[in-house]
Amino acid sequence: MRRLTLALALAALAMLPLWVGNSYYVNIASQILLYAIFALALNVLVGYAGLVSLGHAGLFGIAAYAGALAINNGATHLVAIVAALAATLVAAAAFAVLALRGTGLGFVMITVAIGQIVWGVAYRWISITNGDNGVAINTRPSPFGLSLTSTPNFYWATLIVFLVAVTAIAIVAASPFGASLRGTRDQPRRMTALGYHIWLIRFLAFLFSGLWSGVAGMLFLYYNQFISPQAVALGASAEALLMVISGGSGTLLGPIVGAALVVIMKNVVSAYIVRWNFVLGAIFVAIVIFMPEGIVPGSVRLARWCLAKLRPQVTEVTAAATPRPESGL
Amino acid sequence: MNLWLILAGNSIAFGGLLFLLSAGFSLIFGLMRIPNLTHGSLFMLGAYFAVSLISWGLGFWPAAILAGLGVAAFGGLVERLLLRRLPGAELAQVLVTLGLSFMIADICLLGWGGDPISIATPSELRGASRIAGFAFPTYRLGLIVIAIVVAATLWGLVDKTRLGAMIRAGVDDPAIARVVGIRVSRLFTIVFSLGAGLAGFAGVIGGPILSVYPGLDQDMLPLALVVVILGGSGSLVGSFIGSFVVGFLYNFGQAMFPELAYVVLFLPMLVILVLRPQGLFGRVAA
Amino acid sequence: MTRRLTRRRMLGGAAGSVLTASLPMPAIAEAGPVKIGLLTIKTGPLASAGIQMEQGTVLFLKDREHTLAGRKAELVVADTGGNPAGAKTKAQELIERDKVDMIFGPLAAFELLAISDYVAGQKIPLLGLAAAEDMTQRRPNPYFVRASATSAQAMHPLADYAAKDLKYKTAITVSDDFAFGYEQMGGFQRVFEDAGGRVKAKLWPPLVTPDYTPYLAQIGAADAVVAGFAGANPLKFMQQYRAAGLTLPLLGGEGIADDSLLRTFGDESVGLISSGPYSAEFDSAANRKFVEGMVRETGNIPGIAAACLYINGMVAEAALKATSGSTDDKEAFIKAVRAVSLTDSPRGAFHFDHFGNVVGNIFIRRCERKGDRLVNTIVKTYPDGSQFWTYDEKWFLSQPVYSRDYPPLKR
Repeated sequence: MRRLTLALALAALAMLPLWVGNSYYVNIASQILLYAIFALALNVLVGYAGLVSLGHAGLFGIAAYAGALAINNGATHLVAIVAALAATLVAAAAFAVLALRGTGLGFVMITVAIGQIVWGVAYRWISITNGDNGVAINTRPSPFGLSLTSTPNFYWATLIVFLVAVTAIAIVAASPFGASLRGTRDQPRRMTALGYHIWLIRFLAFLFSGLWSGVAGMLFLYYNQFISPQAVALGASAEALLMVISGGSGTLLGPIVGAALVVIMKNVVSAYIVRWNFVLGAIFVAIVIFMPEGIVPGSVRLARWCLAKLRPQVTEVTAAATPRPESGL
Repeated sequence: MNLWLILAGNSIAFGGLLFLLSAGFSLIFGLMRIPNLTHGSLFMLGAYFAVSLISWGLGFWPAAILAGLGVAAFGGLVERLLLRRLPGAELAQVLVTLGLSFMIADICLLGWGGDPISIATPSELRGASRIAGFAFPTYRLGLIVIAIVVAATLWGLVDKTRLGAMIRAGVDDPAIARVVGIRVSRLFTIVFSLGAGLAGFAGVIGGPILSVYPGLDQDMLPLALVVVILGGSGSLVGSFIGSFVVGFLYNFGQAMFPELAYVVLFLPMLVILVLRPQGLFGRVAA
Repeated sequence: MTRRLTRRRMLGGAAGSVLTASLPMPAIAEAGPVKIGLLTIKTGPLASAGIQMEQGTVLFLKDREHTLAGRKAELVVADTGGNPAGAKTKAQELIERDKVDMIFGPLAAFELLAISDYVAGQKIPLLGLAAAEDMTQRRPNPYFVRASATSAQAMHPLADYAAKDLKYKTAITVSDDFAFGYEQMGGFQRVFEDAGGRVKAKLWPPLVTPDYTPYLAQIGAADAVVAGFAGANPLKFMQQYRAAGLTLPLLGGEGIADDSLLRTFGDESVGLISSGPYSAEFDSAANRKFVEGMVRETGNIPGIAAACLYINGMVAEAALKATSGSTDDKEAFIKAVRAVSLTDSPRGAFHFDHFGNVVGNIFIRRCERKGDRLVNTIVKTYPDGSQFWTYDEKWFLSQPVYSRDYPPLKR
């Protein structure tokens, strides 16, 4: 059953440019996918490691800026992507070393501070980042000769990257490393007692999360062909965190749903409702009231409750007719 | 020489404003462990309330108190209806407080428009006073006095009254406090209202300096976070000292290191947190 | 009485229809309204200008009863949220989903830079408000026209007025630390120093600065202070400036004393000298009608954002008249847009230079109290102000872009 729904979903996603009417909506779908990668990356820390980061847009942005600078200095797209991801990994390592000094709120605040510092540097280091005027790039890559300038091609490329990301994160989550990561979230003391190196596990998780944030950042750069400090502001980090939490942290589908929610509200609904900010806030509040664990776990819970109500009642007769086993062993 | 004196004086005045802004946040986080990300919006809401109250003929001080009470009532409702369902669910608290801040910001835009609005300095405090041979805006001196009065009142409340003792008990060990018969839930509502009311009041007091405009909430929230974290959350003394530390960092940092103007607050915050993650006065998490 | 279909009548009817079919049909018969997309900002500190942009556009369409050059006109408003990614997405929405024929706006320079290549690629005319200089200088977009001004366009005349009319010799600049500020202050400095003045110091508070005191305390002796702030900052700055006891004359560009904000200012702004491409006090038939309309519809006098969008409407209308209402030939339409030259508009006579930037009046105003309200009285008008001031265009473009450190301070 599950395989079937998965296959159907994949097919629908793959054929999206064909059944969605307008190229504008295909572009929205591309955006949902790239933000979903970002949310999934953040979820590795928030959901699986239990570390809330409010500075992840910094990693997202560092990748985009590094890529843009490389491209504008003559690098090919492949070199630029590799350079951007390498820069992001180095940055993630630095962030992790600093942030892991704290736990709980301390961790959050260190990430806020780092994020704000990256934002400040992006604004002020004008000789490199061009300040608030941002950096524009002229071309999108053409892997294997297929130009990504057209909307459907870009969508399919993003879809492929998205599927790779989801698979990678799913594999890691299901692996022994993933289990130990969740262990550090739930029972850090016990894990230490068992001999696990908590700091190293968290550090590696941070690097993994940073890598995929960088991938999302590069997709963002190619989509917009523009990067500016707004992309690394506190609001951007908060938005990513909202995607993870509203969708349901700790699940694989949650961040994807959360990303879809925020992107659709910001871009599509805002065309119809002037007060869309209010509506978005109200949706978040409603999620907290009715599904505090997030949309996906909440919906699963709701679905199970509905199914349970629909299932025929186990008859009392059978229970009474069966002779009770003797208690006491 | 003049420059340093002005900066020093303003550091204390700005610190006073920061204390009023962050005292509420510190209380709420200290007792209830809730990161109240709506705090900036409550600050802004108080200022907007006062704008309307003043336009209806009320004086500055009555408007400030009334606006504070209005925001306190709103905060109480929020705690009672929303936050009470989420004890310990940190992520859900982040989601709901951010969601509320979106809603409040949009309502303010709808109600008071997009233009920045000024709140006139109360007539008794207009102009400048001469201190040590140079002029200093009288209102800012008044701000320092107000901050000290509020700090003293809060300290008295927490340290000397029965309510304060209950609050401290609730901070130290909510479970045992309940066992002893302290109505921790009601306490939480009172503390949240108090924190929210302080934020609203601060918004009005800050009005003559900052004016009121859409986006004020997002400008002030990071400042509150910096103060509370630097000083150590949950510690009023920490907030008080942290406010002045941030005031000094802000004024001297911007003047002496204009290249670092964007990071003049967050860089020291990062350094302190890395060296001492619980802040200057916080206690190490159990 | 029935009319029998006689052969004569049928022949007559057939001849008549053939005749009318072969006549050149006026563009009025063209199906479909002309669609105008508006990129504006409705949340955050720039909302004040963004809301005005919409008000100006809506008023224009109302004044023309939603018909331009005989064709029905429709407006689609998009809120970009004030960030470049949002601007790009909304531009895509307007062009790909709503199929607009032209776009008015955007407001902020970084939004314009983010969408410029895309919109040009789609050959959609962009009637912008944002002041980013390079859009009409070193990185020109052939589909872009700007009826407002470049960042420095109004500062050059201000410097001239300050040096020659007010006889100031020294100035200190204080401005928001971003590109618009650099370009404004750079423009002022260049002309001021060429006229014999000297800028003693340049201060750059970050865009988000709750308290300007650390900067105000550094303002030493000078003949004047030149301020460049945007969004919600001008009000905050002026209040803190006066409260700090500073009495030096205050000069500023567009945005510092926008006419629409005068009702929120107090006595702290009396004496403020500002320059800009528009003034609500300008006496022309078109402006009188425009200001009356804005006061009637919104209860407030208009500022630059509303005026320039109203003017964009006039530009679009004039272009549509030139192409007989057709927007099908995109090259012809943008050519018509750039060729527009009006004599009676809310800002007076204007036309566009070959980069698409406006050449028109620049007004120097002084804020005064008239009765119970504040008014920006026009003290001098510089007609035909261009983005290059009186400099040779080639020389101007060969110089570096105005930035924080250019022009450098004279020692």
